[in-house]
Amino acid sequence: MTKELMMGNDAIGRGLIEAGCQVAAAYPGTPSTEILQSIINRKDQAKSPLHVEWSVNEKIAFEVALAASYTGKRSVAVMKQVGLNVAADPFMRTAYLGVKGGMLTVVADDPGPHSSQNEQDTRLFCLQGRVPVIDPASPAEAKALIEPAYQLSEQYEMNIVLRPTTRVCHSRQSVELEAPVTLDRKSTFEPDTGRWCATPAFLPAIHKNLNAKLEQIAKEADWQPRFAKGDGRRPKTALIASGIAYANLVDLLDELGLTGTIDLYQVVLVYPLNPDFINHLRDTYESILILEETYPVLEMQLAHPGAHGKQSGALPKEGELSPDRLYTALTNFLGLEAEEIAPPAGKGQRPSLCPGCPHRTAFYSIKKCFPDGIFPSDIGCYTLGMNLAAVHTVHCMGACISQGAGFYQSYKQDGGEIPTVVVTIGDSTFFHAGIPALINAVFQDARIIVVILDNATTAMTGGQPVPHMGIAAGGRETKAIAIEPLVQACGVDFIESCDPYDQDRFENLLKNADAHTRKEDGGVAVLISRHGCLMDPAVRKSQDRPAVTISDECIGCGQCVEEFECPALSMDEGNDIARVDTDRCHGCGTCIAICPVEAIIEEDK
Amino acid sequence: MKQQIVVSGIGGQGVLFLTRVIAQVAVDRGIPVLTSESHGMAQRGGTVLSTLKIGNFAAPLIRTGQADVALVLWDANLKVHRSLVKKDGTLIINSATAGEGERIDGSEIARGIGKAVLANLVLLGRAVHKEALFCTREECINAITKLAPPKFIGQNLAAFESGLK
Repeated sequence: MTKELMMGNDAIGRGLIEAGCQVAAAYPGTPSTEILQSIINRKDQAKSPLHVEWSVNEKIAFEVALAASYTGKRSVAVMKQVGLNVAADPFMRTAYLGVKGGMLTVVADDPGPHSSQNEQDTRLFCLQGRVPVIDPASPAEAKALIEPAYQLSEQYEMNIVLRPTTRVCHSRQSVELEAPVTLDRKSTFEPDTGRWCATPAFLPAIHKNLNAKLEQIAKEADWQPRFAKGDGRRPKTALIASGIAYANLVDLLDELGLTGTIDLYQVVLVYPLNPDFINHLRDTYESILILEETYPVLEMQLAHPGAHGKQSGALPKEGELSPDRLYTALTNFLGLEAEEIAPPAGKGQRPSLCPGCPHRTAFYSIKKCFPDGIFPSDIGCYTLGMNLAAVHTVHCMGACISQGAGFYQSYKQDGGEIPTVVVTIGDSTFFHAGIPALINAVFQDARIIVVILDNATTAMTGGQPVPHMGIAAGGRETKAIAIEPLVQACGVDFIESCDPYDQDRFENLLKNADAHTRKEDGGVAVLISRHGCLMDPAVRKSQDRPAVTISDECIGCGQCVEEFECPALSMDEGNDIARVDTDRCHGCGTCIAICPVEAIIEEDK
Repeated sequence: MKQQIVVSGIGGQGVLFLTRVIAQVAVDRGIPVLTSESHGMAQRGGTVLSTLKIGNFAAPLIRTGQADVALVLWDANLKVHRSLVKKDGTLIINSATAGEGERIDGSEIARGIGKAVLANLVLLGRAVHKEALFCTREECINAITKLAPPKFIGQNLAAFESGLK
């Protein structure tokens, strides 16, 4: 068998292809993004026709995959954990109505969190939704579980969730390749109104059926917790772990010379749990240590009187269950002497917008024009506008426009001066969840400025295509859906677009936009800030790259470093003068205009 | 054979590429390898850390005080990630200033080759030269040739070779 060094997400992508998945839909989000990218890259390895799409949002991705399953084909919807909130509506109903062809929902959780707005646990979501959920411990295991998960899905006609976490998604490991199957299925949708259209009259029976299926799945022989028996020297004690916490535990036991000395269970199917397993643990062990991320989902279900876990206080309730935290918990639990863990001696560098990023200069202009403004923003690279004090709120996809409207309505009813509300939203986020919010803002007469930061890509997650570029997943050409007519159709009368590198014009347009929001017959103003993402090599190549330098005029005020926050600008050791890091500077020149003493100059001038 | 390695830098310095090269050497030699990487928001110029565990391991993360080697591309990160490395572990640091560990001004050398970002491979060269890693020169050359974009293989190898001194 061939082995390949694969990132966890790539292993999952390959596993889906091997299992004969024919429709794959996703919206990008860290740590899940590379799963669909892998399917795109490996599309020619599939034995059956394969439709792959970057959908406009997760709800849509889920519904596209769902209907494909109704036709009898295998499908998958892929998202990050907060994406499941967006897809919650169809996800919850699917538990009741079920599927036909195998359907998996891959939901990548982000304990930490590393790149998310919370660290919610999809396993708990699945308890609430009554959806079986699988918690893999490594890239190889995640891939190996996909075919059996599809079989489970088809046997019970249920959607099954595979829940990797960041440390599985973004690990690399040698993974064995299996031959992709040839399923050769043709679409055969059979209308069944009592099921696919189930009205309340049908639902009690369907709900009853769901509960019966869950009871059966809990007892499926292939999905029982995996057991490694200890040598008996620690009687009535066991370790229970799932996901990456299990893998970390295996390494830790090895490091401490404890492998094989204590009963150890790996729970792969975290819900539904077999009641026999729960009873067995109660009857056999006086004390158990439960290791899982992020919420105490096993611990709650096990309800063991001798449980040590997050609820009992043996483990931290928040953050990643790092090997160090695990070490502390395990040594405490076993009564072993623990070595002190040296804390890091310092903090790392915070992320910031890239040198040359068009968002930086847009934010700087917004802040400059409206020093007392209120700035709701959204999810993406541009969240980092908070470093420039030009982002006041970041909540969830699309929230900035509705929050902006809410701010306006609250201030307006007080009757005094209404601060200028400028919301910033990326192009991909605008398509994802911004459009209904914009319609609402116009319709409710919220006087706000909406700046759409259009960098022609989904930048934060590595550059997935956006609907207005006319390119779909894998580079396929498709109809482009332009932003301006959409905005106009939402009822907006003030629509302008401008390259934020053109700082004077951009700032003039911001002021005009503010005037429009304050006119009696005015309304919502939309300004499209348009400049390609500098991560795109074609964009970098297409723009001049003058060498920027600091002249003797510099007075060391630090404004360019503090308020413009370009990673290519820093103060020298003595804090006396600014300097340009030529390795990082892109020569965009947008810092030239912001120096109060005109000390930032182009080198040859 | 077991070895635990950390690669520390900031987003954009080629930490991921360096990690992949070392992992590829393990794969080519048939040794199990696990890595973990930083993606997403952290890649926007913030501190990033990769870990590699070579040999029989189940998980990619490294516990405090367990790493054998650290390759530090951004010297200000030393204070953040030093604690992951054994007290007597090897530190290879991209730095123009004096201090703890084996230091080499990889960025300056890489600038001479035409790209500051190739400091990552200069450091790899120095680590191989110091016999700090499980990899040999030839194995690294093979892995770089496999993974670098065809256009830049020569430049990448030049950076690696310049660290071998």
